[in-house]
Amino acid sequence: MNGRFAVRLAYRESRHGLRRVGVYMASITLGVGALVSIHSFRDDVARSIQDQAEVLMGANARLSAGRPFPDSVRSVVDSLREAGVATSDVTTALSMVLAPRSGDVRLLQVQATSGGYPFFGEVKTDPEGLWGRRSLERGVLADPAVLTQLDVRPGDTLAIGRVRLELLGTVEDLPTDLGFQTAIGPRVYVSQTAMEAAGLLGFGSLARYEVFLRLPERDDRTAIGDRYRTVLEATQVRYTLAEEQARQLSNGVRFLGRFLALVGLAALLLGGIGVASAIHVYIRDRRPGVAVLRCIGAGQWSIFLAYLIQASALGFLGSLGGVVLGSGLQRVLPLLLGGTLPVEVTTRFSVTSAAAGLGIGIWVAAMFALIPLLQVRDIPPLQALRRDFEPGRRRADPVRGAAYAALVASIVVLCVLEAPEPLMGVGFALGLGVCLALLGAVAWTLSRLTRRFFPSRASYPVRQGVSNLFRPQNQTVSVTLALGFGAFIVGTVLEVERNVMDDLSLSFGQDRPNVLLFDVQPDQVEGISDLLPDDVRSSVTVAPIVPSRLESINGRPVEELRADSTAEDRPERWAVRREYRNTYRSDLGPAERLVAGRWWDGTPGADDPTEVDAGDLPRVSLEVEVARDLGVGLGDTLAWNMGGTSIPSVITSLRAVEWDRLEPNFFAIFEPGPLDFAPQTIIMVARIGDPERRAGFQRSLVAAFPNVSALDFSRVQEAVDTILSRVRQAIAFLGAFSVLAGVVVLVGALATSRLQRMREGALLKTLGARKAQVLGVLFAEYLALGTMATSSGLLLAWAASALMVPRLFEVPYAPHLAPMGGIWLAVAGVTVTVGLASSRRLLRRPPLEVLRDIAD
Amino acid sequence: MMIVAQGLEKVYTSGGRPLPVLQDIDLEVAPESFVAVVGPSGSGKTTLLGLLAGLDEPSAGRVLLDGQDLSTLTEDQRAGFRARRVGFVFQTFHLLPTLTALENVLVPLELRGQVRGVRQRGTELLERVGLGDRLGHYPAQLSGGEQQRVALARAFANEPAVLFADEPTGNLDQETGSTIVQILEELNREARTTLVLVTHDLALAERGHRVIRLGQGRIVSERPGRMADAAKTTP
Repeated sequence: MNGRFAVRLAYRESRHGLRRVGVYMASITLGVGALVSIHSFRDDVARSIQDQAEVLMGANARLSAGRPFPDSVRSVVDSLREAGVATSDVTTALSMVLAPRSGDVRLLQVQATSGGYPFFGEVKTDPEGLWGRRSLERGVLADPAVLTQLDVRPGDTLAIGRVRLELLGTVEDLPTDLGFQTAIGPRVYVSQTAMEAAGLLGFGSLARYEVFLRLPERDDRTAIGDRYRTVLEATQVRYTLAEEQARQLSNGVRFLGRFLALVGLAALLLGGIGVASAIHVYIRDRRPGVAVLRCIGAGQWSIFLAYLIQASALGFLGSLGGVVLGSGLQRVLPLLLGGTLPVEVTTRFSVTSAAAGLGIGIWVAAMFALIPLLQVRDIPPLQALRRDFEPGRRRADPVRGAAYAALVASIVVLCVLEAPEPLMGVGFALGLGVCLALLGAVAWTLSRLTRRFFPSRASYPVRQGVSNLFRPQNQTVSVTLALGFGAFIVGTVLEVERNVMDDLSLSFGQDRPNVLLFDVQPDQVEGISDLLPDDVRSSVTVAPIVPSRLESINGRPVEELRADSTAEDRPERWAVRREYRNTYRSDLGPAERLVAGRWWDGTPGADDPTEVDAGDLPRVSLEVEVARDLGVGLGDTLAWNMGGTSIPSVITSLRAVEWDRLEPNFFAIFEPGPLDFAPQTIIMVARIGDPERRAGFQRSLVAAFPNVSALDFSRVQEAVDTILSRVRQAIAFLGAFSVLAGVVVLVGALATSRLQRMREGALLKTLGARKAQVLGVLFAEYLALGTMATSSGLLLAWAASALMVPRLFEVPYAPHLAPMGGIWLAVAGVTVTVGLASSRRLLRRPPLEVLRDIAD
Repeated sequence: MMIVAQGLEKVYTSGGRPLPVLQDIDLEVAPESFVAVVGPSGSGKTTLLGLLAGLDEPSAGRVLLDGQDLSTLTEDQRAGFRARRVGFVFQTFHLLPTLTALENVLVPLELRGQVRGVRQRGTELLERVGLGDRLGHYPAQLSGGEQQRVALARAFANEPAVLFADEPTGNLDQETGSTIVQILEELNREARTTLVLVTHDLALAERGHRVIRLGQGRIVSERPGRMADAAKTTP
């Protein structure tokens, strides 16, 4: 092999004809751009989180629990404070907040702070300087969203529980805000005294208790965790360090980032297909020249090397463009993912991401170019003399085999490197391969069917246009793969999102309950029922909630069962430690099905109708999944701690529950009677269809029963919708890169077949075709191409969603036509537009000019 | 069809400079006659043919086909005129690779929007050129001579009043070439078509009524061919 000759040849050859291949390199640019932007963005977010760990928590460490701290933990906090540690109590409760002036009412988070929280970062308020205990003694602050939701402005009064407070201003920036938290419900900020006066922290209320600690020394932080571990674990109070929280957050973001990176990688690999197809055509055009070079003594490997150098150089240029593009896009991603990110992201040019993108881009370009480049070796010198001379095909070519193996290995390695987990990477590579193979197969079948069954009575331009897809050396398959893959990604994302949202609106939909009242005291049920509209009252579900903890199973304390590592049926940690919200009632609910044992009235279970004799003990019905995780079945005894009293029970039935329905459902249901006098609150579920009446009811509810909270499901639906659509946006944005990569492949394919199309157009004109007829042929061709590509992609998207939606999201699948129609319109539209735009000259030039050119 | 060219000129721009390809061409071709245009490469033969067929607009002068001044027609009108009255045969056959032999023959008819009886007409023409058994073959499956015969069938599909042939035998061996010329002449005679043929092949040129020689874009000589002599000697 003559290296110097190869380099010189590469340079000289690159002056002609490479420009057309250059178009394809734009697909590498797009892929690398997507990848670099995601890598840099991931780095940006992770760095921002780590940099702001303390600011994000507002402290160095935090104690937290879902109920008031027991005395043992209180005394720990007191002793820390005495030892000079700064502490700050933060209590957050859910409550209805009413704005008397506008009459609007919303379920909001009410947060009371004391002490210097947050210890790090600065809270910005409008007007300035309102954050702090003193101002909160005079009134409340609120997140800006509260102002629009309640239609209030500073100076207005807010009714929170039993108190009325003046709205002083807004909290514009609380550094501890983790973006998605406020998506659940915006907050109002009150003083601890106001919180207590409002009466929001009563029995059974949904509140969160936290104590923030300032512990500048790392050793102190870990020492505290170690010293008090036993007492904290026993009382189920969590101790979290700021750096731990940051790590968890960055892990979450990293996972999302890596997932997005896979989508970006897909775009790059599509670019690879573009490169392969460009090089294939390029080499085909170079055949006569290569044959002449072979005639005059150039070795096949030297020529091969020359072209490999060209491909790599173009890969380098394409990737370099990608790095520039990616650094720009890096700034767009935070905007798209806006509210779902935990921190404000500072962008910085990431050298490692850029270098990685550059390296990956060149590698992908070279690897995909390799296989078509190997054709160079097969061009016989004799072809210089006789163009139609075709050499006999090589049978087994180990080099070609090795090139394929290297390509596959490269793809797998890249996927593994980019994926959140290695196995997922292998799965993704496999999925990608299967997907492209299926796309190819679908496209092939569609094209065969088109050719076979296309109506011969269709008008001439349509028939000519469709048959153009099969012209010799056509690139229909590579264009179909590239465009189809983009359509596949975007289509799948849309289909999955639509189905999940459909299921959600079904859950919130017609006849399903849409208002949930909680923290209702037993003596308030009647009064609340009176407030409800007449037609709603009869259908209200009322369920008592008895907060309970498991004490023992079949007489053995749960701690002992957990500690016994030899026991095969050791109960799951979550099932043992959680706080149960049990209920009692006489009938099965609409979302329940009895599978084993017998209901109180003797109704047998579907699978196992065994009747258990409970003797004098209270009977309880367990949900099947939790029974499995507890390792219990019919006839086992469970002892519960309910408000300090121990209540025994016998499992007499097991139920299967549809959890995704919004009726109140429970792990454990007692028979009526034994729990009548246990400490309890009530939840009520109703459906008030008309939004006006729903709002009216909530207003009168807050006025009459300030301690009761009402959750309007349509707001929850909106919140979920917002978060889902943000994530969809990000994925679709990157999916669009695949579509763009597809468009680039299309542009390249059009560029390489330009001469042929010019000739055909000129010929048609010579034979008497009017411009409109030539245009019709082109239109039909590009529309057919776009349609074939999109329908292949969309068919696959449907199949993938039909597989994914029920398994991953446990939601029934139904295909959607409208969004798919939209994708078809977009992709086919782009194909037609790009195609016709590239044919402008063809239409303008007189046929003689074209025929003369070709004759030359 | 009567073809008249008056003061025809064509100037192309090459490298930013004007490049005259045809100058001062005055020409009359009588209906049903066979005129051959000869001359060395680059003498403007193909350009002249193209201008006579209205494939491009002359830089000066005009072309009249049966009294119709082509310069008064738009490009689409000229295309329509060709679809109705003009046939073409090229050196490199120029068949549409994605269409079968029969479909290629049908193109001019379909461009005219003709639907009825087109397949029968196409089949007859292909049978006439000896390709009755090749109707469903694609160009790539045909030899050069067969491709040119398909092109001939296509050229006569719309029963043209004038046929322009640009080196129709240029890409064929002598034997195949003479078969093509034979078919061309027969079809021409049967359809009473005016034939303008550009060729390098002097023997072929001699077979027409007139031989026009071009040199550097001008007509350098004009003389009668063998057919003219035959016409004279025929009583």
